[in-house]
Amino acid sequence: MVHAAPGGPFDSERRLPPAIEENIKEAYHLDESLPKQFYRYMRGVVRGDLGPSYRYRDFTVSELIGDAIPVTMRIGLLAILLALIVGISAGVAAALRKNTLLDRLVTGIAMIGISVPVFVLAPLMVLIFAVTLKWLPASFAGSSGADRLFLPVVALALPQVAYIARLTRASLIDVMNSDYVRTARAQGLKTSSIVRYHALKPAMLPLVSYLGPTFAAVLTGSVVIEQVFGIPGVGRFLVTAATNRDFTLVLGITIFYSAMIISLNLVVDLLYAFLDPRIRKR
Amino acid sequence: MSQQRSKTASRWIIPALLLSALALTACGDSGPQLVQGSVLNRGNGAEPESLDMHKAVSTEANDVQRDLGEGLLGFTPNGELRAAAAERWTVSDDGREYTFWLRQEAHWSNGDPVIAEDFVYSFRRLVDPATAAIYVKSVADVENAAEIVAGDKEIAALGVEAVNQYELKIRLDHSVPYFLSLLTHPSTFPVHRGSVELHGTAHARAGNHISNGAYVLRDWLVGSHIELTRNEHYWNNSETAIDRVMHYVTPEPMAELNRFRAGELDTTRTIPPESFVQMKEERPEEVRTSPSLAVYYYGFNMTKPKFANNPKLRQALSMAVDRDTIAYEVMGRGETPAYGWVPDGTANYDPRRFSYADLSSTERNQTAQQFFREAGFGEDNPLTIELRYNTSNTHQRIAESVQAMWQEVLGVETTLINEEFQVLLANIEAKEEIEVFRLNWSGDYNDAHTFLSVLQSDNPSNLTGYKSADYDSLMDRAAGQTDPGMRKAFLEEAEEEMLSDHPLIPIYFYVNRSMVSRRVEGWGDNVLNYHYSQHLRLAAEE
Repeated sequence: MVHAAPGGPFDSERRLPPAIEENIKEAYHLDESLPKQFYRYMRGVVRGDLGPSYRYRDFTVSELIGDAIPVTMRIGLLAILLALIVGISAGVAAALRKNTLLDRLVTGIAMIGISVPVFVLAPLMVLIFAVTLKWLPASFAGSSGADRLFLPVVALALPQVAYIARLTRASLIDVMNSDYVRTARAQGLKTSSIVRYHALKPAMLPLVSYLGPTFAAVLTGSVVIEQVFGIPGVGRFLVTAATNRDFTLVLGITIFYSAMIISLNLVVDLLYAFLDPRIRKR
Repeated sequence: MSQQRSKTASRWIIPALLLSALALTACGDSGPQLVQGSVLNRGNGAEPESLDMHKAVSTEANDVQRDLGEGLLGFTPNGELRAAAAERWTVSDDGREYTFWLRQEAHWSNGDPVIAEDFVYSFRRLVDPATAAIYVKSVADVENAAEIVAGDKEIAALGVEAVNQYELKIRLDHSVPYFLSLLTHPSTFPVHRGSVELHGTAHARAGNHISNGAYVLRDWLVGSHIELTRNEHYWNNSETAIDRVMHYVTPEPMAELNRFRAGELDTTRTIPPESFVQMKEERPEEVRTSPSLAVYYYGFNMTKPKFANNPKLRQALSMAVDRDTIAYEVMGRGETPAYGWVPDGTANYDPRRFSYADLSSTERNQTAQQFFREAGFGEDNPLTIELRYNTSNTHQRIAESVQAMWQEVLGVETTLINEEFQVLLANIEAKEEIEVFRLNWSGDYNDAHTFLSVLQSDNPSNLTGYKSADYDSLMDRAAGQTDPGMRKAFLEEAEEEMLSDHPLIPIYFYVNRSMVSRRVEGWGDNVLNYHYSQHLRLAAEE
């Protein structure tokens, strides 16, 4: 299917003499029939070899992805954690003070966070914090300390903060209105203990099902962030490999992401069981 | 019991998240390690596809390679040829045999001497079919090169020979007046045989790479940076001012500019079009521009009867494009209107211009309308054209301008189609539905030949499908000349011939644009846009 896209990895406005083109095709086995290429590739994949990159000719696909995963993971996980901490806190605060100024403020900010796309947000943050104020590095490579993580993580987390805050708020309000919370209140428990011991956990359920795909989205959706901050992660391969017709890299990335999404879904299912005893019993 | 556990769990959610965030922030930082000495931070554009001298093709890769390696010749900061690995050379009277004497003091970064055998090995590796090198054309005129690439001759038949350790002979098929400037291209730089044989395709990576230029490869993190440090064994090391050079990967011009403005970069590869005017106002002394050996053009599909059999139509369409408006107003960032194919600034050449270049726009439009009618089109027989370009804001703006110009002057109905670049190339290559397409051509060396050869019938890069026996014969006669004056005359005549056939519409000539920090000294503006780090110095910090 990848091969069906027009053009090839070595095409440019400089056309190659046929002899050179043939040599290249031979070197990368592109002259073989598709089933043969497929067999060669699959035989490699089984052994953990994703083949040479057509575009980055000094590296193999496994090396490229292997070097990039830790960076992407680190920034992605940090962003998710930040989003959870800020999002849940803001959501709880807003839910407990429903329809007050604080609630409106949180929902309002969340709305902005959801509607401003990251390709506007990220360069804007660079302009303000790196170019104008010079507080933080403008790029990942601009510093060797932890400060270089700040802007990318925040830019990546902000839209998620907004979603999580809204989800937590809505879900907690629901739970707080449920019968067993009313019973708890009737027993004279303080609101803070009700939230902490009884309401928060069930209120997390919709959040957990949201988190699965979000993880994948944060890790894949970091393409823009990686471009803006010059981060050597996996996300940008997703786009550049396809436009470069770097077939092996496209396949490698696809395999990587499929594996990741499948395992994330598994984790989410297990978390469900942990959070909701009813699911465990079934 | 279960109740107790769940209580504990929810109580710890937030602190646990906080802790893991801290741990993630602190763990294993792999940022660039600090080295003592001066550091130059260069924005290098897109990721280089390879640092193997025989596999790289992009300017991004070549610019890093010019810091790492050294060919027989090089360029001065102002773009003049200079001796490099060869300290002197002679050319035979028929222009077909070159003899180079290498510097005896030249060494590889591991201390090995750079000898003539290294060049023989490298030239042979370049043409070896098994290497599958893309940039073979720099040696295409060396004796037997084409046959070896095609697999018809033994590699050892290549016309490159080590007479002794420091004397190298290169024989050509025919005289090539710009051959010396080809020897500045990284594809002709030597590779270290021991390293290539030991590491194979991985020889160009940090830790394996052995170089003969001013710098050595210290680190390469794909997507982030390439780090070079001073080559202590380089013959001219005492003249290298900067100890360490960082080539940062900056595919997004806007992000690159922001990094420059934040003080993280000393030089940029380009300046984003939308910020050019602002930068010119805010930091005029740091905006550097120079004419570029590159032309932006629209090509006709000359295999389609609609255009092939209708030179008057092609001329009318070409004349109706107001290049001044496009260069100065639509672009407006130093570009110059192209009334010919070979850019100004090309060495030993006087670029030709369309015969109508100096007409006023009214006269030009009237002539265009007349040709259009003579071509058989008009209100009773309207013309529709498909114009294809690869997706980009700039290309779209230009295409919309041309669409409006054709509509206004000739009443032509133009359909604009934007395609992904590889799709556009595939369509141009197929020569089926394609009518008019956008492309650009940039020179590989500073000689008119790099532009004019593209339109020869047998050149694979001749994407218009233009075939002219007259043009080919003029180009052949130029190729056979050893007298520079005669050769220049033939080339100029060839360009005039081609321009009068209108197989394409040159629109504007590119300009090199870079931000160069005030602390960087020795940056010379030149048409090739080569800026060797070894020629740069950093002013003392204020």
